[in-house]
Amino acid sequence: MQTDKTPPAPMLIGCAAGFSGDRVDAAGPVVQALVALQQPAFLIFETLAERTLALAQLARRDDPEAGYEPLLLELLRPVLADCLAHRIRIVSNFGAANPQGAARAIAALARSLGLRAPRIAVVQGDDLSGPAHRPMLAQALGDQMPDQPLVSANAYIGARPIAEALQAGADIVVCGRVADPSLVLGPAMAHFGWAWDDWDRLARATMAGHLLECGTQVSGGYFADPGYKEVPGMDQLGYPIAEIDDSGNCSIFKPEGTGGCITPATVKEQLLYEIHDPRCYLTPDVVADISQAQVLAEGENRVRLEGVIGHPRPASLKVNTCYASGWFAEAEISYAGPRAAERARLAAQTVAQRLQGIAPIRTDLIGVTSVWGNDASDWLAGADLSTASPDVRLRMAWQHADKATAARLPREVNALYCCGPAGGGGVRSHMRQRLGMVSCLVPQPLIATGFVWAAQEEATA
Amino acid sequence: MNDHITVPLYRLAHGRTGDKGNRSNISVIAWHPALWDAICAQVTEAAVAALFADRQPRQVQRYLLPQLQAMNLVLDEVLDGGVNDALNLDSHGKTLCFRVLKMPIVLPAHLQAHLVGLDDAALPATTE
Repeated sequence: MQTDKTPPAPMLIGCAAGFSGDRVDAAGPVVQALVALQQPAFLIFETLAERTLALAQLARRDDPEAGYEPLLLELLRPVLADCLAHRIRIVSNFGAANPQGAARAIAALARSLGLRAPRIAVVQGDDLSGPAHRPMLAQALGDQMPDQPLVSANAYIGARPIAEALQAGADIVVCGRVADPSLVLGPAMAHFGWAWDDWDRLARATMAGHLLECGTQVSGGYFADPGYKEVPGMDQLGYPIAEIDDSGNCSIFKPEGTGGCITPATVKEQLLYEIHDPRCYLTPDVVADISQAQVLAEGENRVRLEGVIGHPRPASLKVNTCYASGWFAEAEISYAGPRAAERARLAAQTVAQRLQGIAPIRTDLIGVTSVWGNDASDWLAGADLSTASPDVRLRMAWQHADKATAARLPREVNALYCCGPAGGGGVRSHMRQRLGMVSCLVPQPLIATGFVWAAQEEATA
Repeated sequence: MNDHITVPLYRLAHGRTGDKGNRSNISVIAWHPALWDAICAQVTEAAVAALFADRQPRQVQRYLLPQLQAMNLVLDEVLDGGVNDALNLDSHGKTLCFRVLKMPIVLPAHLQAHLVGLDDAALPATTE
């Protein structure tokens, strides 16, 4: 297309959370950097993992006002004033199972800080847990449709409602389940005005989102390995910022004065993270292809991603459906000193014999094997315990549909205090409801997405 | 073979594990382009499947990204059910990349200069 229009200026987008429970002091340095750079800027918080939404639905069941990111106010309080004053617009999936509730909480926070009322948009369409959607899910899931009541059903929706909300003037866009990279693609679409079938640009901004969505995983977090991969300032890791240009390509950097590092190695690790086929990374917006991608060092703590190409978006959206599926119980006890591992093994045998025939029990002996063994505990069975650590911790875990039956395992481990081998100490146990999850694909046109403004009486009161 | 050395993969490459449901993906990224051929030749689908034999992967698929000197290993059904179902403490399988990174790799001795970390040469004693 021939045009003499000047291409739009690059945009900046920072990420200040990579999961629910990430550091709540992350946003400050990112926002300071965005303010100082004086370019069009956005801030995202990514706070949903596969299970988070189901857990949020359970929280909302107990308290109708809950169900959004529990740390929402801690995340926003330090930076809301600067974001509103400098027009740094915020996009996040921290709405989880209750985006309207999150919007009300943000409006109240702004009031309590004496700030102007932000225009808050709430993205809709991802939540398919209502009865109206049940026939559609039943058809999509077929034999996989759970018999148990659904805890949550959410479609991974795309960037369009986010872009539309920003174009309509939103200061803050609250989402539930959107595909993580769409948190970045939405602002890019709003800023650059690309066509929704400009596949290469969509794919490039999507991969910028993929690099940002896990917070510090691109800037030195989850990377350090002393002697092999040194990372300075782990206690003050800088959260990443992407500069995206009108080609969709991006450079990743971090705020001055923060810890961590951004190198081709950190960027490559994050680029491949949770990707299946690098030629077709599926999102609701585009199929991204990184098979020809280049990761280039641009300077200290600045790395450029180029060469991503895109293909037309999939016809369907992924839907995750969670249901309550019984109870998970685990319990631990420690043994130390001479023959510690042998005494721990006798403890495990004692519990296993007492609970024989009820459900499979997983046994780990921390200090010998804690995570690499299989559920059948074959490693432990074959381990030479004479060379084991003299300080070991026995862990046993199982699951059962019935809560009282599941609770028998922690009770038996607790009984080892009197009835078990010599010198056992430090019993801790844990029970939680299990969430089963099944995924399916639903044709995109069947899922209506959009945004609404948060209730104005709340925002302007 | 005296012009060859045997070193753990973590001296040639780094990586990270991710998960979706009951599927694990493990990246292996060469520290230097000169090391890429040896990694490709030895970190094969068959070798990785053997490494995880106790987890009984339904399939191990390897995707090569030569321009990044990186590969993505996708292991189906190795997470004891994954984050919703597993009894494992590490239900995401986050620790699994180091199971790959301790693979012994045979390397021409002249490439030694490109290795990272200490020349400890202390290979893990286990063979799993």
